[in-house]
Amino acid sequence: MAEPLLAIRGLRKRFGGLLATDQVDLDVSEGETYAVIGPNGAGKTTLIGQLAGDLRPDDGAIRFAGRDVTRLDAPLRSRLGLARSFQITSIFPDFSALANVALAVQAHTGGSFRFWRPAAGEPSLTRPARAVLESVGLGGRADVLAANLAHGEQRQLEIAMALATKPRLLLLDEPVAGMGLEESQRMVRFLGTLKGHVTIVLVEHDMDAVFTLADRISVMVYGRIIATGTAEEVRGNEEVRRAYLGEDAPPPC
Amino acid sequence: MTTTSRRAIVLGVGGLALALVPPIAAALNQPFYVDLFRRMMIFAIAAVSLDLILGYGGMVSFGHAAYLGIGAYAVGIPAFHGVDNGFVQWGLAILASGLAALVIGAISIRTSGVYFIMITLAFAQMLYYLGIGLETYGGDNGMRLTRRSLFGPVDLTNPAVFYYVVLAILLLFLVAGGRVVDSRFGMVIRAARSNEPRARAIGFSPFRYKLAAFVIAGSMGGLAGALLANQTEYLTPDFMHWTRSGEIMFMVILGGMGTLFGPVVGAIVLLLLEDVLSALTAHWQIVLGPILITVVLFARRGLYGLLAGAPTRDG
Ligand SMILES: Nc1ncnc2c1ncn2[C@@H]1O[C@H](COP(=O)(O)OP(=O)(O)OP(=O)(O)O)[C@@H](O)[C@H]1O
Ligand SMILES: [Mg+2]
Repeated sequence: MAEPLLAIRGLRKRFGGLLATDQVDLDVSEGETYAVIGPNGAGKTTLIGQLAGDLRPDDGAIRFAGRDVTRLDAPLRSRLGLARSFQITSIFPDFSALANVALAVQAHTGGSFRFWRPAAGEPSLTRPARAVLESVGLGGRADVLAANLAHGEQRQLEIAMALATKPRLLLLDEPVAGMGLEESQRMVRFLGTLKGHVTIVLVEHDMDAVFTLADRISVMVYGRIIATGTAEEVRGNEEVRRAYLGEDAPPPC
Repeated sequence: MTTTSRRAIVLGVGGLALALVPPIAAALNQPFYVDLFRRMMIFAIAAVSLDLILGYGGMVSFGHAAYLGIGAYAVGIPAFHGVDNGFVQWGLAILASGLAALVIGAISIRTSGVYFIMITLAFAQMLYYLGIGLETYGGDNGMRLTRRSLFGPVDLTNPAVFYYVVLAILLLFLVAGGRVVDSRFGMVIRAARSNEPRARAIGFSPFRYKLAAFVIAGSMGGLAGALLANQTEYLTPDFMHWTRSGEIMFMVILGGMGTLFGPVVGAIVLLLLEDVLSALTAHWQIVLGPILITVVLFARRGLYGLLAGAPTRDG
C-alpha cells in the first residue's frame, strides 16, 4: 500500500506537568476525512498546532507527503500543502473578504518582493480568490471588511483562505463551532463536497458533523488516542462511551 | 472614493499648497516661513518613513532618530574633510542608515512588543553616545556644517531652491510610498501587522519582508537626516536623542498611523504647536501633552482621519 499522506509517530508534547500529547500515532490516507474527537482539554488543538508547525513537539515525528516535516516551520508547511483553520477565528479583520483570500493566493504564487504594482489590480490574485469565495458561498460579500462579516461568514472566510492555498491536507479545528443550526448544516454540506478532493483532519465537538463527514474517527482523552475506527465502531466502543460520549449517549442510529 | 483617487487628490492639493509657500512668504516679506515649512517637510519625510514600518508594518520602532543622526553625520563628516559633493554625501547617508537599519532590524524584528521597542531604543541611544564620543567632530557640542551640499547648478544656499528640492523629495516618497503599501510587498507587511499567525499559516514568512521595509524606512530617515543637517547647518548627537525619536513617533500618531499623508499633517501641526506654545510659555510641553493625548484618544486615525474621513486603512 502507498505511504499515507500524513503519518504521525510517537508524538509527545508537554506543557509543564501536563502531557497534552501522549505518544500519538496516527495515519491519514490521501482523500480521507479523518476526525479527532474528545472532551475539552483533551489535546486536540495542541495536536493540530503541531501538525501545522506552530508548536514544536517534544518528541516524535511527523511525515507529510513522503517527507519529514517535524522541524519545518508553519509557512514552509503551508507551501508544501498543509492548510489550517483556527479554533478561534483567525482572519485579517481590517482587509476585505476578497483581500483576505487574495493574500492566501499571493503567498503561494512566487515571491512578494514586488513593490510597484497594486496587488488588488492583479487578476492572477483576485480571480482565483473570487472563485474560492464563490465556492464557500461568500461571493456576494467580497468587498465587505472581514471584521464586519457575521461570525459564521468569518468561519467560511477562514475555510476559503485555507482552500485558496490549494492544500493537499486541510486541518480544521472546530469549523462549525458557534454557528447556528442552519449555518452549520450548510458548512457540513460544503465540507462534504470537498470529500475526496482534499484530505481533511477534522476536530469537532458537533457529533452530527463528525458522523456525517468522517471516514475514520480517533478518540482522544488526556492526550492519548484511546480508540480509532469507523463511526459505527467508535460509537459501539464501550471505553469511548464511558470516557467521552457518556453512558446516556444516544444509541447509534 | 477609492484610496488611490483620494491619495491623488490630497497629493495634488497639498503639493500645490506647499509649492505656494515661497512666493507667498516673499510677497509678505516673511522669509522665515520658507525656513519653517522646509523644516516641517524634512520632519514629514522622517515621519512618513516611520509610518511605513509603524503604521503599515506594526513595528513600533522607538529609535527612528538614529537614522536622522546617521544621515546628518554622513553629510557633516565628509564636509569636515572637504568633500562637499551632495551626491556623495546624500548617497552615503542613504547607504549608511540603510546598513544600520539592516543590523538593528535583523536583531529586533525577531522580537515583538516591549522588547522590540526597547531594542530599537537601545540601539538609538548607543549611536547617540557614539556621537558624543566623536571628539574630532565636536563631541556632544556637535559641529557647524561649513557649507551646504553641492549639487552643481542646483544651489541649496538659495532658500527657495532648497525648499523645492525638499518638497520634491517629499512628494516622491509619498507617491512611491503609496505604490509600495498597495503592492504585493506592502500587502505582506500589512498582513503580518494585522494577524501574524494567520499570515504564517497561509504561507508567508514575514521576517525578510519586514526587514526589507525596516531598511527602506531607515534609508529614508537617513536622507531626512542629510536634509536636516543642511537645514540647520549644524549637527549634534541630539539629532539622535530618544526625545527626538519620540517626537517623530508623535508626528505619526498625531497625524494618523497607516495613512501615509497623516504623518505629514502630524509633522506640520506638531512643529507649529511647538513654535506657538513655546512663544507663549516656557512650560509648553505641559500644554502639548494633553493635546496629543486628546487626539490619540478621540481620533483613532489621527488628524488625517478627521480631515479626510479616511474610513479604513486597508482595501
Ligand atoms: N500554550 C499552552 N501552555 C500551557 N498549557 C496549554 C497550552 N495550550 C494548551 N494547554 C493545555 O493543554 C491541554 C490541551 O489543550 P487543547 O487546547 O489542545 O485541548 P482541546 O482538546 O483542543 O480542547 P477544546 O475541545 O476545549 O478545544 C489543556 O489542558 C490546556 O489547558
Ligand atoms: Mg481545541
